Amino acid sequence: MIRPARNHPGFWAFVAHRVSGVALALFLPLHFLVLGLALESGDALDRMLAVADRPVFKIAEWGLVVLLTVHLCAGLRVMALEFLPWRDTRKGLIGIGAAIALLVGALFMLRAG
Amino acid sequence: MTTATDSEGGTLAVEIWRGKDAGQFETYTVPQRANQTVLDVVTWIQRHAEPALAYRFACRVGVCGSCAMTVNGKPRWTCRTHVSKVAGEGALRIEPLRNLPRLKDLAVDMTPFFEKWQRAQGRFTPTRTRNDPLTTVSPQSAGRKAADAGIECINCAVCYSACDVVGWDDGYLGPAALNRAWTLVNDERDGDRAGVLKAASSGGGCHSCHTHGSCVEHCPVGINPTAGIAGLKRWSIVELLGGKLP
Ligand code: HEM
Ligand code: SF4
Ligand code: SF4
Ligand code: FES
Repeated sequence: MIRPARNHPGFWAFVAHRVSGVALALFLPLHFLVLGLALESGDALDRMLAVADRPVFKIAEWGLVVLLTVHLCAGLRVMALEFLPWRDTRKGLIGIGAAIALLVGALFMLRAG
Repeated sequence: MTTATDSEGGTLAVEIWRGKDAGQFETYTVPQRANQTVLDVVTWIQRHAEPALAYRFACRVGVCGSCAMTVNGKPRWTCRTHVSKVAGEGALRIEPLRNLPRLKDLAVDMTPFFEKWQRAQGRFTPTRTRNDPLTTVSPQSAGRKAADAGIECINCAVCYSACDVVGWDDGYLGPAALNRAWTLVNDERDGDRAGVLKAASSGGGCHSCHTHGSCVEHCPVGINPTAGIAGLKRWSIVELLGGKLP
């Protein structure tokens, strides 16, 4: 349950940042494992890539690209708020970050499709 | 703003937390008045329905910072919160502030809040005596402007109650204490600004803040503690790299 005191854009940006951060932390080891296969044997990688060509993996990959963009934008926003001498909370930045994430997601869809 | 709840003659259903950590909500029916504040409602209940109800207030005009409570889920200064602004369908739910030990009913123990204020070295260190002339501080100086932006804090603990990091981490100093530290770091008259910066950036200090902005969102006097905390973060890094406070 979300408490009313948390229901404002800054908190939602934080939630998006943390969820994407944890999801990335869980996914990256797998990602590197697959890349590592390339060094061990081309065959294993090819088999892995064949599996990864299935639609469900495409969707998962799309999710990860979006997550990474969300996390990147949220991280850049936090750093901008903390390192640039601004006094307001720059909620516009949250919108810009979300828009960039959607855009990157859409581009990835088009290219993958 | 005129809403249905502004009209005379109606009633409000008011749920109030009774007890300490163990307790329950009791519902009271309170007559509606024009321009009624949440504090008016609580006071009406204490005078007419529940003489043993414990709560705090003093000034009734938003100066003393003693009347903060959780109203329909959000921390607020009750003496300056109009019922018409918060009671959607004529219903109110009033609880003690979050993140502070409960005493009884709507009263919390503010001790941790003020202890952290001291741990952040949120107090002025003088360098002159009463016999010395007053220091002149230019209103145009960057330090004065930064201090001005945070100086009107009324110590109400609304931000402290709204902050999730305070809820997660017992040791976190919280937005109000750090905001006060930031005003002192910017006060050229203070005799130990480096000490304030050190106290405010040690464990549980400014670097624990995750920039949620719940403090800014709820501060009744419009202070932005997040900006001050970000300033402390910047200055502590500058100092780590060998820089000096201006
Ligand atoms: C793409 C470049 C990245 C940038 C610019 C970035 C930036 C940041 C920043 C500034 C924070 C601090 C947020 C706060 O104060 O609450 C943060 C938190 C975090 N990051 Fe990243 N990050 C990046 C990539 C990653 C990656 C690849 C991972 C996964 C391994 C990751 C995992 C996390 C996690 C778990 C947190 C904690 C979230 C939180 O405390 O709310 N980040 N990131
Ligand atoms: S900005 Fe920092 S101090 Fe303010 S509510 Fe968020 S975590 Fe707490
Ligand atoms: S910063 Fe605002 S919310 Fe926090 S104690 Fe001061 S006046 Fe209250
Ligand atoms: S009673 Fe003093 S601020 Fe509300």
